[in-house]
Amino acid sequence: MALNILEFEKPVLELEKKIEEMRKMSDQLDISNEINKLESKINDLRKNIFENLTPWQIVQLARHPERPYTLDYIYLMTENFVELHGDRRFGDDKAIVGGFANLGDQSVMIIGQQKGRDTKSNLYRNFGMPNPEGYRKAYRLMKLAEKFNKPVITLIDTPGAYPGIEAEERGQAEAIAKNLFEMSKLQVPIIVVIIGEGASGGALGLGIGDRVLMLQYCWYSVISPESCSSILWRSWDFKEQAAEALKLTSQDLLRLKIIDRIIPEPEGGAHRDHKKSADILKGVLLEELQSVSKLKKDKLLDNRIKKFGEMGFFKD
Amino acid sequence: MAWFKRKSENIKTDEPKKGVTDGSWIKCDKCGELMHKKQWESNFYTCTKCGFHFKISSDEYIKILFDDDSFKEIDKKIKSVDPLGFTDTKPYKSRIEETIKKTGLYDAIKTGTGKINGDEVVFGCMDFAFIGGSMGSVVGEKISRAVDKAIKLKKPLILISSSGGARMMEGVVSLMQLAKTSSKLAKLDEEKIPYISILTNPTTGGASASFSMLGDFNIAEPDALIAFAGPRVVKQATGKDLPKGFQKSEFLLEKGFIDLIVERKDLKSKISQILNLIKN
Ligand SMILES: [Zn+2]
Repeated sequence: MALNILEFEKPVLELEKKIEEMRKMSDQLDISNEINKLESKINDLRKNIFENLTPWQIVQLARHPERPYTLDYIYLMTENFVELHGDRRFGDDKAIVGGFANLGDQSVMIIGQQKGRDTKSNLYRNFGMPNPEGYRKAYRLMKLAEKFNKPVITLIDTPGAYPGIEAEERGQAEAIAKNLFEMSKLQVPIIVVIIGEGASGGALGLGIGDRVLMLQYCWYSVISPESCSSILWRSWDFKEQAAEALKLTSQDLLRLKIIDRIIPEPEGGAHRDHKKSADILKGVLLEELQSVSKLKKDKLLDNRIKKFGEMGFFKD
Repeated sequence: MAWFKRKSENIKTDEPKKGVTDGSWIKCDKCGELMHKKQWESNFYTCTKCGFHFKISSDEYIKILFDDDSFKEIDKKIKSVDPLGFTDTKPYKSRIEETIKKTGLYDAIKTGTGKINGDEVVFGCMDFAFIGGSMGSVVGEKISRAVDKAIKLKKPLILISSSGGARMMEGVVSLMQLAKTSSKLAKLDEEKIPYISILTNPTTGGASASFSMLGDFNIAEPDALIAFAGPRVVKQATGKDLPKGFQKSEFLLEKGFIDLIVERKDLKSKISQILNLIKN
């Protein structure tokens, strides 16, 4: 834990440590009053910090190495998950996972980008940066869901599609474009959830759906703050300003009508309580699935194209 | 990843034809050949010696492709607003106003209808001179309306791409233009209306990851850069030397992502040929 503490988390975590120590002593001493006082102090402090997070701090939370990832959510929310592999054309991309699972009492197709937690697993998962075969696997699984009339849930968490030589050779652009095109007309409901980082086309490649939801402390934009800083300010030093300017937080996206709903995270962020995060997400998904399942297919598809068709701001 | 590949160059708006030296002589960017402007124009704005295809504007493509006076522009005056209140080294709003003044264009795409050897089509052509041909809300909306028009008229859609990618200053809203254009094209596809995508130098980032790659026919001009992540980004990310001809039209043809490479002088006749072959 100690290795992965963000600067602004420190004051709260230090007090929490103190409480733990006091609890150990409370066998001998009656200090419950003091403990209660300290607890309420922690809550106030946390509230204060988390209500005033800067966009850059939110970006850091979205990238927190202890944040729940796609497979964590799948294991915590679903049962009978059967992971399915490969695009049937080139290979199996480990940066995108997917398969059928039971969510509550229904069967769903659940697909998402997968990051690793340490160097070894990050290399295995390519840091959650998919290659074209990842998007093509996702597409194949969505068509399978369509065939068996099961809804699709996508979980987005990626620092971007991989900008590699082979990725370009195998058509990264085409793979993403094709998913946007095909997801627009997939005959089953799609619910999209941004659970961490939503970086550009690599995120959007799983991002077309009937409902687009976003966890509270995530970011979603056309470019990362660092790259934006390097291009527009010609220096890596303006990432904070870039994060501010890009309007990439869940609050911003709700206001811009890019997402439909913000999903709250446990106090202090999703990484502080995986189980609770998953329970909240599961509850929301069941509710959303129920509401989209009510729509007739034609209406569902019309609405989906209309939804994305209405995105944009201009003067006519 | 970064949709914009170059730093300052993309943002400058006044150099669509780098090789133009003064009023009457043109120097080829690639081989250095000097050509008289008249000669260059009658050669479809390509080098008379090496065939280099200069970046040209939507007006020039309209001249090349359309039957005399048949092109009618639609949605001409849709203009960008500033949804994020974006300021980097200068406010996005002033960038827009300055670019409009400098280029005489309202945004990075011109759309309309016209006749190509007698066949009516719906057409859109990007202008690289307008903030690097970047795709923001206006480009998305104009493409979206062009698709609606094609469905309404039951006429083929032709889009010419020349774009550095999504327009960063519109943040996630520009990203959503990938979704918007692609979902509209899905609708066009269901209506079985043909869509020809013409990819010119450069077609990268957001454009290539959406409408540019979704043609029933993907046609590229020779030697055009066509990529998701541009060469500089790929080199930086991988630390590897890039293969010869990497991300050029010929490379994409070889890898299977475009149908054919057509020289600018043959573009009009090739489009007609294809449209005739698929006519009912
Ligand atoms: Zn030349």
